[in-house]
Order: sequence, then structure tokens, then C-alpha cells
Amino acid sequence: MKTVKVYGPGCKRCETTAMLVQEVATKLGIAVDVEKITDPKAIAMAGVLATPGIAINGKLVHAGGLPDATKLESWLTC
Amino acid sequence: MSIDTSHPARPVRTGGYWHLGLAAFLALWWGAYHYLVPFSEWVTALVPVDRHGPAGAAIAFFVFDVPKVMLLLVLIVFAMGVLRSFFSPEKTRALLSGRREGVGNLLSAGLGVLTPFCSCSAVPLFIGFVSAGVPLGVTFSFLIAAPMVNEVALVLLFGLVGWQVAVSYLAFGLGIAILAGFIIGKLRLEGWLQDWVRDLHSGANIPAMADGERLTMPDRYRLGIEAVREIFGKFWVWILLGIGMGALIHGYVPEDLLVRIMGAEAWWSVPAAVIMGIPMYTNAAGVIPIIEALLGKGAALGTVLAFMMSVIALSLPEMIILRQVLTLRLIAVFIGVVASGILAVGFLFNLMF
Repeated sequence: MKTVKVYGPGCKRCETTAMLVQEVATKLGIAVDVEKITDPKAIAMAGVLATPGIAINGKLVHAGGLPDATKLESWLTC
Repeated sequence: MSIDTSHPARPVRTGGYWHLGLAAFLALWWGAYHYLVPFSEWVTALVPVDRHGPAGAAIAFFVFDVPKVMLLLVLIVFAMGVLRSFFSPEKTRALLSGRREGVGNLLSAGLGVLTPFCSCSAVPLFIGFVSAGVPLGVTFSFLIAAPMVNEVALVLLFGLVGWQVAVSYLAFGLGIAILAGFIIGKLRLEGWLQDWVRDLHSGANIPAMADGERLTMPDRYRLGIEAVREIFGKFWVWILLGIGMGALIHGYVPEDLLVRIMGAEAWWSVPAAVIMGIPMYTNAAGVIPIIEALLGKGAALGTVLAFMMSVIALSLPEMIILRQVLTLRLIAVFIGVVASGILAVGFLFNLMF
């Protein structure tokens, strides 16, 4: 089980990112727990400067813009 | 993460295709741009109206401006997308942290134009900057320059209105961002941040992101294409509406009316333009065709620029987002300082041109 945190104030891109994470994980058969973090303080504390940001098992892997699907796969599998 | 063992040979080859594709695209673009006038006259001639009457003028304006704006937009947004891939908020923050005011404001305003940034990231970015030791005034220079000097506005002004206006817009936009940030820094308003932001200020331990992987040129091209798709997906309605408005003004609004209410003689029109611009929020691409038409009808340049800057840089939605980290007083100072800067530009231009 991997915990994925998607950081973003709730804009459309952040929603899309969360959905994309779920989609890719399902495709790869990886169990994930996707959590959306919308509190600006929590976002800033995580070190995210540009939203949406993604952290997998506590490690920040992406910040700013929609992530690439193939990159998401590599983050989820490693 | 070490999956691609066959990687080294591949990027070079696809890179070649990408460069070729780009060259072909540029050639096509150049050709299309060249034939804009004959094309638009040809289309206008198909419509059974008098070319020199108001309807003919409006239609000609519309069918000329739509492809022209679209062509310019594709090129600029793509180029900016590629250019911006060399910058990131993290790098910018590293460059700015601990900078003194003055030089810091200058650098910050410049980086504000180049760093990829969307207004929904304003809050985390603000906190990230301030907590990493970027002075408040320098942070504000960034936050003002980012929306104020809009690259789309810049190139459309260049293409539709003229280079003098474009250069003045760039110079004064940066000037306002630098000066406003400097003044806000000098006012020592750190106490007016929301309490919890101030607590972070005292150097909380914020983790850095793992080093981003190196991007190849095709990656950067892809980011450029993504940027184009996003602008068109979001704003095409506004762009068409803006050009439509511009066309109506161009064809139907009588000249003496505009000169009376927006001419250089009417001093009150500058503050009125700024106030009108605050609640309005649209993309620069939607405003410029209106500006083109207004200028063509004798509106004063300063008044029109003030309106545009106010629409683009002072927007209610962004204020509402920033309210989470700033107290109302600090937001009021922010609006006051920026609005005064825009007013000054408006009056100055009406005097100069």
C-alpha cells in the first residue's frame, strides 16, 4: 500500500492530478491511498511551491503542472 | 528508478525529428502570417456588405484579427513554454533568498516574468518564498510582475498596436513591480501577515524537493505544446469575444464619442479606467483586440494602458486567494500601491504621446 498525497488548493488541475494518480495505479495494479491536501499551510510546509504537488510515501516527487503519465508510472513503481 | 538502459541512443534521434518538425512548423507559420491581409480581404469580399461601411469595417477587422491573434498566440505561448522550462519556482527562490532590497526587487521582477506560475499557486509560493528568507518586498515584486508583465499581452501589443507601446508596457510594468515591492518592503509590514505565516517566517524546516531530472529538448518542446493547448482550451471563447468587441467598436462606435470620454483631455478617465479594470478579469489575449480598436478610434494611450494593466494585474480572484496569508490591511496596501503605479503610468503616457 502506497500513500500518495496530492497537494493543491482545489483547482481543476489538482483534481485531475489526483484522478490521474488513481488511474495509473489501478492500471499497474498497485494499491494506493490517495489523499488530497488543500490547506495552504500544509502545502507550503511540504515544500511545494507550485501546485499540484505529489508526494509518494512521504517523498515529494513532483511540483507544478500536470504530471506526465509515464513519469507517474515510474514514480509509483520505484 | 533505473529502468531505461537503452536510453542514451534514443533521445538524439527523436530530438532530430523534433527539430525538423519545429522548422517545418515555423516555415508554415511564416507563410500563413504573410498571407493574412489578402486572406482577410478575400473573406470580407465574400460577405455582401459595403467594405467601407461600418459592417464591412467590423467584419474585416474580425476576419483579420482572429487568424492573426491565433497565429501570434501559438508562437508566443509555445516559445514561452519552452523558455520557462529552464526556470522553476524552486530555482527562483534559491536565487532570491537572502537578497537585499533594491537589487532583490529588480531580480525578482525579472524572474516573475520568466518563472512558470499560475495564480492558484500564489499562496504556497508566497509562503515558500517568505519562509525561505526572501524579504517581503522582494516577494511582492515577484507577485506583481508575474501577472503584470504578461508575455501574451506584450507580443500582441507588438503585433497589433506597435513596438513603442509594447516596449513602454514592458518597461513600466517592470518598473511598477520593482517600485511597489520596494515601497512595501520599506514600510516594514511583516507584522501584517497572518499570524501563522509569521510563525513560519522564523525559519521552519521545510523539506526540499528531490532533484528534478534533466529535461531534454523534446521534453521542453512538449511542455511548450502543452502550454499552447492549455491557453487555447481555457481562453478561446474570451479571445473570440474580445476580438468581436474590438470589431464592433472598430465598425460602429463614433470617433468623437471616444475622444470625448477616453481622450487625453479627460483627466478623470484614467482613474475611472483603473477602477473599472479591478473587478474585470480576463486573459490578456481578450483585452488587446479591444485596446487596438479603442486606440484606432482616438482613445488616449495612457488611459487604455491603465485599463489593461488594471484588468490584468489587479484581479479580485487573486486577492481572495491571497487573503489566506495576508491581512486585509496588507491587501489594501498592495492594491493601493499597484493602483497608484498604474495611475502614474496612465497620466505619464497621456502627457508623453
